[in-house]
Amino acid sequence: MLLKTENLGITFGGLKAVNEVDFEVERGTVAAIIGPNGAGKSTFFNLMSGFHKPTTGTVTLDGENLTNLPAHKTVRSGMARTFQTTNLFMEDTVLDNLIVGHRVRTKSNFFDAIFRTPRLRREEKESRERAMEALEFAGVDRLANRTVGSISQEAQKRVSIALALATDPKILLLDEPAAGVNNEETEGLATLIRKLVEHDYTVCLVEHKMSMVMGLADKIMVLHHGEKIAEGAPKEVASNEAVIEAYLGAGEEEDA
Amino acid sequence: MAALSKHWKKIALVVVFVISLFVPVFVQNDYFLGIIILGYVWAIATYGLNILLGYTGQLSLGHAGFFGIGAYTVGVLTVNYEFPFWPSLLLAAIASSVLGFLIGIFALRTRNEYFAIFTLGVGFVIYLVIERWEGLTGGALGLIGVPYPEGIGPIQFDGPESIYYLILGFLILTIYIAWSIANSLVGRSFMAIRNSEELAAATGINVGRAKQLAFAISTGIAGLAGGLYATYIGFLGPAIVNVPTTFEILLYLLVGGMGSLSGPLVGAFLVTTLFQFLQQFEAYRLVILGPIVVILIIFFPKGLAGLWAALETRIKAMRGKGEMSGDAGASEEPAKEEAK
Ligand SMILES: Nc1ncnc2c1ncn2[C@@H]1O[C@H](COP(=O)(O)OP(=O)(O)OP(=O)(O)O)[C@@H](O)[C@H]1O
Ligand SMILES: [Mg+2]
Repeated sequence: MLLKTENLGITFGGLKAVNEVDFEVERGTVAAIIGPNGAGKSTFFNLMSGFHKPTTGTVTLDGENLTNLPAHKTVRSGMARTFQTTNLFMEDTVLDNLIVGHRVRTKSNFFDAIFRTPRLRREEKESRERAMEALEFAGVDRLANRTVGSISQEAQKRVSIALALATDPKILLLDEPAAGVNNEETEGLATLIRKLVEHDYTVCLVEHKMSMVMGLADKIMVLHHGEKIAEGAPKEVASNEAVIEAYLGAGEEEDA
Repeated sequence: MAALSKHWKKIALVVVFVISLFVPVFVQNDYFLGIIILGYVWAIATYGLNILLGYTGQLSLGHAGFFGIGAYTVGVLTVNYEFPFWPSLLLAAIASSVLGFLIGIFALRTRNEYFAIFTLGVGFVIYLVIERWEGLTGGALGLIGVPYPEGIGPIQFDGPESIYYLILGFLILTIYIAWSIANSLVGRSFMAIRNSEELAAATGINVGRAKQLAFAISTGIAGLAGGLYATYIGFLGPAIVNVPTTFEILLYLLVGGMGSLSGPLVGAFLVTTLFQFLQQFEAYRLVILGPIVVILIIFFPKGLAGLWAALETRIKAMRGKGEMSGDAGASEEPAKEEAK
């Protein structure tokens, strides 16, 4: 198992937003987390990537215990993530947004900057190249010199994924990568996620668009009120009583 | 096109540099030369604030306090202990930087407006300590007779002209530091934090440590400016360390343009010069400046540098339309329309 959580949970002032969840993702696969609004999916991501400190349980990535590590250290250990809402710097170019993505793999410091050391030059070049590679991988390299604010929503989603890629991750946690884009674009993003897996990345995504999830995921976990109510292959989960009930109860508003 | 404008920028830079070298030749009047020298000193302090506020997005309102630490380090060491100037200046920058680093440990646990208020408090406490600690700082009376720097080899610092070159040298050094930070992965980390702390952390940046570094650099440069101020003016009173000075530096930065390389120099230079002309209206100074600040923030949030950049884009766009040949510029411009 590449990623593993045991008993992972957090309580916000009495509310068990995530309740003792055991979860595993196998290397080179796509795992999806679904569930109604407010089910705790994003919070689960936040727990795994160090944005929240868990009240219970552990997180392990590739054998390394990440529990209680601050966010930036989980990235160093190979955990990359995107957010539900893009928060790229709109006024900067795509490339400028991306270059810093490789920072976590570099060492140059203030003195390297002042004395323009060979290390700084090398790492700047490396970061730039890695950024371009990631953009190319995500199919948005031709937008490198455009400002983020001037490109489409879908392109921004791709840039966010490219930024995660630039950190050289082992696993990518994608929080609703296809929110707010049309069906055709969703298909394109699904293709990108498949390409990630083909290139030996591991993906864990949260997504409301069931068509996308069903077509992509090797396995699905369903969260409801912070609890895992089902887990398994897409077909199993789709026919699971508890899942259908949870979605009906929450008011089915999905496109399918 | 970009290459061309870069080319012009280089030429402009050289021209400005050459002019700055000849300033003492043209400006024979010591009073006017003094205004320019002080403009440079405040520009240095503003570059310090720019690294924290402009690059990293953290508003510190304690900047004058760190300027004061630097000024009084030089003042106390040279006047009370007859220490030579140069090591005192070095200590001034180090002391304010280290103090900034230490205070940063606590201050940076707070965010946004809380950080601003916390640092405002820090600045005020520094002012109080300087004002009350009479034995060391001379209290309200201040320190008199901060000497000019000792000569270095054949160079003597014995009048406004030589001091002018001294401070010009430090200004250029500061601009170089600001430039090299902005054009490095360190600066990119700072700017990522300014954009979004969350996203910065998610790309693996140690947000706390980067902010701390930005704070230490910022206060170190403030201290350097303070030390230079002390030697040029020769007299130190606590008023210069007080909170209004912070707001003046902030004003220079807002006028010039946050986050830009030329902003601090342009802003500090323009506003301090303006201050001098308004001096006869001392009492009304803030009445005049207040509305200017408000207007600036509302209409030109990026200061003069932002205004300039906007004009440049507009001119480029106009040229692009004029040519209508649809070459180099064409790949860039339609992009922006698509978005709207
Ligand atoms: N920082 C926080 N403090 C307090 N409560 C929180 C916090 N973050 C999330 N919650 C609560 O935890 C629950 C789960 O929220 P979460 O954002 O994880 O849901 P989600 O499954 O991602 O929903 P959506 O599909 O709408 O994105 C919600 O009730 C939310 O209000
Ligand atoms: Mg969510």
